[in-house]
Amino acid sequence: MHELGVVMAIIDTVVERCEGARVNRVVLQVGKLSAVQPDALRFCFDLATEGSLVEGASLDIVEVPGSGRCRTCATVLALDQPYAQCRCGGSDIEWLSGDELRIVEIEVQ
Amino acid sequence: MCTTCGCSGERPDDSPGFVLDLRGKGAAAAPPPPSNLEREEKSRRILLEQAILDKNRRIAERNRGWFANQSVAAINLLSAPGSGKTTLLERTVRQRGDALGIRVIEGDQATSLDADRIAAAGAQVLQVNTGTGCHLDAEMIERALAELRPARSSCLFIENVGNLVCPALFDLGERRRVVIAAVTEGEDKPLKYPHMFRGCDLVLLNKIDLLPYVPFDVRRFESHLRTVNPHARMLPLSALNGDGMDAWYGWLEREQTGS
Ligand SMILES: Nc1nc2c(ncn2[C@@H]2O[C@H](COP(=O)(O)OP(=O)(O)OP(=O)(O)O)[C@@H](O)[C@H]2O)c(=O)[nH]1
Ligand SMILES: [Mg+2]
Ligand SMILES: [Zn+2]
Ligand SMILES: [Zn+2]
Repeated sequence: MHELGVVMAIIDTVVERCEGARVNRVVLQVGKLSAVQPDALRFCFDLATEGSLVEGASLDIVEVPGSGRCRTCATVLALDQPYAQCRCGGSDIEWLSGDELRIVEIEVQ
Repeated sequence: MCTTCGCSGERPDDSPGFVLDLRGKGAAAAPPPPSNLEREEKSRRILLEQAILDKNRRIAERNRGWFANQSVAAINLLSAPGSGKTTLLERTVRQRGDALGIRVIEGDQATSLDADRIAAAGAQVLQVNTGTGCHLDAEMIERALAELRPARSSCLFIENVGNLVCPALFDLGERRRVVIAAVTEGEDKPLKYPHMFRGCDLVLLNKIDLLPYVPFDVRRFESHLRTVNPHARMLPLSALNGDGMDAWYGWLEREQTGS
């Protein structure tokens, strides 16, 4: 859990890009495999935005499911955790989605 | 609880109660969102499409470029608290410090105890204290490099803060990531901390001198490691009594001549 550190990075970027306006809403994309917990992000966000242009903004988190392709047999698998064993026995998986950690957009006043 | 990342103790992932707790508090503290009508009237959207850790990544790339330019072999050394990072470095400095031109950046929340140990072993060392922060980031390393000024073609060890969670997310610009796990920690660590073990190039299984005294199945550990990381090499060793260190030195020498 490094969610407060991640939230600080979000606030830095948002404040840099909000053109000095108050921010109403921040939309994030958080992948299932990104090692970041949406609940913990929300909790830290409310605390860490206090006193900044982002204070009181709502935080929308779009969760992205994980998927990967087996490097041995090319089967595409759904991933709930950052590793998996393919039917062929292989565990060398190329991630196709799920490691996203992005700020998609913000809404300012 | 660590105030930079909110991590509570050693195994935050193992404590589902913590997450539930957060959910409750987060919901209670959230202000009511403005109504849709209000929003549409007043607000303007700005598309960012930016990776959250982009700033760290940019600085890490700068560090990586500098390392490549100077042929410095930079190694990010990670483990849980007390797995033996500093003990490994002390022995490595004593036995190969001059041959490899070893320099060390020590990351700890507080104290310069580890830097003192490295200096006593005979290497140039810089202590970075992260305060409440539970990991090193690329900017700290950039500042440390300006101060330490590692020589051309040296081997730079960066001992990260003892923590298997947060440091996994922060690229420092290193060439290689080495994770230490000790036999006293149990075989399940690769599965419990998959991000850490997934992202590393080499795993040192330390404290093998204790194998007669603790229930630890090396083959099971290795199979768990393979599950999360099919490529990382694994070298069993004892930083305390020196068993297995030659294979580690061999790996290091190849890394350095590869630079
Ligand atoms: N038996 C045994 N003990 C070891 C070995 N390596 C380290 N230790 C002991 O483990 C303890 C912690 O070692 P350190 O080297 O300080 O561990 P560290 O990973 O640097 O710890 P932090 O920097 O605090 O995270 C010390 O008491 C060491 O003597 C080993 O191979 N065998
Ligand atoms: Mg240490
Ligand atoms: Zn397969
Ligand atoms: Zn932490």
